[in-house]
Amino acid sequence: MEELLNELKEKFSSVIIEVQEKDYPTLICKRTGFLDLIKHLKEEKGFKYLIDLCGVDYLNYPKKNFEERFEVVYHLYNLDSKVLLRLKVRIPEEDCWHHSVTPLWRTADWFERECYDMFGIKFKGHPNLRRVLMPDDWEGHPLRKDYPVYLEEEQEWDTYKKFIQKYKG
Amino acid sequence: MATYLEINKKQVNEEKWEEPFYLNMGPQHPSTHGVLRLFLELEGETIVNCTPIIGYLHRGVEKLGENLNYNQAIVLSDRLDYIASAANNTAFALAFEKLMGLEVPRRAKLLRTIVCEMARICNHLLWLATHALDIGAMTVFLYCFRDREWLLNIYEKICGARLTHTYVRVGGVRQDFTQEIIDELYKFTEEFPPRIYDYETLIDVNRIWLKRTKGIAVVPPEDAINLGLTGPCLRGSGIAYDVRKFRPYDAYGEVDFVVPTGKNGDTYDRYRVRMEELRQANSIIRQCLDKLPETEGEPVVAEDAPDLLMPERIKKPEPKPVPKKGVIFRGADVPVVPPGEAFAAIESPKGELSVYVVSDGSSKPWRLRVRTPSFVHISAIPYMTKNHMIADLIAIIGTLDIVLGDSDR
Amino acid sequence: MGELIDKLIFTVIAAVILLVIALLHVAYLTYAERKIIARMQQRLGPNRVGPRGLLQPIADMLKLLTKEDIVPYGVDKPIFYIAPFISLVCAGTGVALIPLWEKFVLSNINVGLLFILALSSLSAYGVILSGWASNSRYAFLGGLRASAQVVSYEIAMSLALLSVVLMAGSLNLMDIVKAQINSPYKIYLIPQIIAFFVFIISAIAECNRVPFDLPEAETELVAGYFVEYSAMRFAIFYLAEYFGMVVMSALAVTCFLGGWIGPFEVPYIPFFWFLIKLYFILFVYIWVRATLPRYRYDQLMGLGWKVLIPVAIVNLFLTAFLKLIV
Repeated sequence: MEELLNELKEKFSSVIIEVQEKDYPTLICKRTGFLDLIKHLKEEKGFKYLIDLCGVDYLNYPKKNFEERFEVVYHLYNLDSKVLLRLKVRIPEEDCWHHSVTPLWRTADWFERECYDMFGIKFKGHPNLRRVLMPDDWEGHPLRKDYPVYLEEEQEWDTYKKFIQKYKG
Repeated sequence: MATYLEINKKQVNEEKWEEPFYLNMGPQHPSTHGVLRLFLELEGETIVNCTPIIGYLHRGVEKLGENLNYNQAIVLSDRLDYIASAANNTAFALAFEKLMGLEVPRRAKLLRTIVCEMARICNHLLWLATHALDIGAMTVFLYCFRDREWLLNIYEKICGARLTHTYVRVGGVRQDFTQEIIDELYKFTEEFPPRIYDYETLIDVNRIWLKRTKGIAVVPPEDAINLGLTGPCLRGSGIAYDVRKFRPYDAYGEVDFVVPTGKNGDTYDRYRVRMEELRQANSIIRQCLDKLPETEGEPVVAEDAPDLLMPERIKKPEPKPVPKKGVIFRGADVPVVPPGEAFAAIESPKGELSVYVVSDGSSKPWRLRVRTPSFVHISAIPYMTKNHMIADLIAIIGTLDIVLGDSDR
Repeated sequence: MGELIDKLIFTVIAAVILLVIALLHVAYLTYAERKIIARMQQRLGPNRVGPRGLLQPIADMLKLLTKEDIVPYGVDKPIFYIAPFISLVCAGTGVALIPLWEKFVLSNINVGLLFILALSSLSAYGVILSGWASNSRYAFLGGLRASAQVVSYEIAMSLALLSVVLMAGSLNLMDIVKAQINSPYKIYLIPQIIAFFVFIISAIAECNRVPFDLPEAETELVAGYFVEYSAMRFAIFYLAEYFGMVVMSALAVTCFLGGWIGPFEVPYIPFFWFLIKLYFILFVYIWVRATLPRYRYDQLMGLGWKVLIPVAIVNLFLTAFLKLIV
């Protein structure tokens, strides 16, 4: 475990910003060069199974020690050595995109679509980046922290409003 | 909907006179197991393209979880995979306990393991029932429901609810088993194995069943990992990955069980794996029941587990300065949980269910992410249905064992 | 002249009685099916309307008669209206040709067997047209499946019956029964056991019953060709299906099981043994439905063309050969 982390730190010193020891070892990575790192992990180090890919919105997070607003979190698992690794990439709000890992894992396809749906993070290189859970014509990205839980009436879903209008009069 | 029109526009070849045959299956369809919509492009009866469209049951569990405190968020988990809600409860509770640094008493761990395995039996019975019904064997359906009913009655005795039982809490379980429940469970574990054999004789020697399941939707092991399949679907392809063995939680470390695997990765192997899991689950329940007397008298909830203050107790004029047991949530601003993050995964009956929770120190999670097996499995449908027939599509939906509440969240 | 009118009146009365009896059989076949399957599945089945639910078929009929008849947008109306009746008439007419008893057959024509086969092929038109006219893709797929299935199983069924015709030397159903009575085994089931099984399997497929219920596969095509129908037209499709079952079972009794003859004579009820045999075959239909899963479309075709038809042809040649040397 230690060896792996040290080796990675050496080899990808320009990509890995920090290594944290939390419940699972966590690598905080830069966006540039991230694809090389994850490809290396998958193909050389045996992290063949992508458990999860999700976004986190850190808008107004107390005691935040970084600039960027979003984080994309990957959980990778090595089925042979039983090691779970967490990768984090920080995405600024103005430049809200990230590299897609769908060419590496088919399972990332829908995870990335969901991440786009919920946070508006665009994944470059994704073959079919559409909304997956929300309707196609939905406005806004619901899991962002500035998206309200309770909506005012005029903010309601446009299609629903049209539907109501059509059947009321 | 836009998707329908887009695909339609793209695919219709105006130069040829023939256009593909499109079939919109669902969201209202008897065998899409809920509100799954499949947009099929057919050539005769053969599927050329299949586009699953989900979201019809999206309730925003993740967003709601950010606005409820930890104990309340567990209630949301019941509504994910409502066939096996005890497993979901456990996943949420494990993540929250890791975040809070709670140590669960051994008795609570055993009780959790029992309810989780009961959930597995419930789920697999319902799966077998619907899978067989989809393929056309209707008698198995009612036989399975008979046994599931028995388990649901036991659940009712345990916690008062049959489906959405929030029995597993942060720090332990809601209450201890009574002797009556233990006796009932012993009786169940005695009588259940011969019944599994009955089900197998109903369909396993049937040539039509074999024809409909063997060689259908074959997933090679590499592809299964790449597609993110977990649970019986992955094990059917021959990979013995089981969170209960690889990262043991609760009392799974101390019980003895086998992880069954298939060889060919087809629908029949996945069926065999699930049938074997029924037996294993039965034996795990039995082992846990045998261990229960060792822990007689232990508490079933951790000492410092957070408790939820009921509304009428808030209204009392004198608020207690120091709560008796653990921490009591009063509102959003009481810091009870250290800031940080935690990731916990369990082997739910359908596959790997993982929860990733980020805390900001308040009593509500900052981010609550649930990775549900059904979501991933539905995304594998286009791969698995290629060049199969409509009748196989139904078998594939059945073999993936999806619940739309689980996938849409 | 007077004689003709007498004969006409007699025929009309006999036809009405036969129709009522057949309809009652069909209605209570649905009840029997529900009860038997319930028994096999450890539940009660209908038990609320009347003693032991005996009035359930009548209640169902009243309900279906009084329901709103929904005609979906975009259907081909004349065909949509007429399709269920094609099915019903074709399935029901066969009853008239079945000899219930030595002295009772409504229409004793010389090409009886051929006529029944023709009618059962014709009833596929009801299915195909309803699937076409419904303007629904599920119904369309169901209609396509039905046409392919009926055409291919028709052949196996005809070949199986042909060996019976060869043995009896007649197409007249009455003559076939009489030839059976005079044959050494009294029934054709023993010499023609292969043909019998081919016939039963094809008959199940012909009636679109489990495990060959692909045109109406509930879990795949919702309800197949009659998915858009409601109320009385829906009920008529059901009637046609059960009529088809009754006629096919009656044909099996007539051609293979020796019609009305039995081990001993039952006084006052000359068609007692006919009914017993009929009920047994109907029970087999229901039994199969509760037990077997459904075939896939291509597997069904494979079974029809690769197994049943060759077997039936071999059996036919065998029969012809034996007939030649004996």
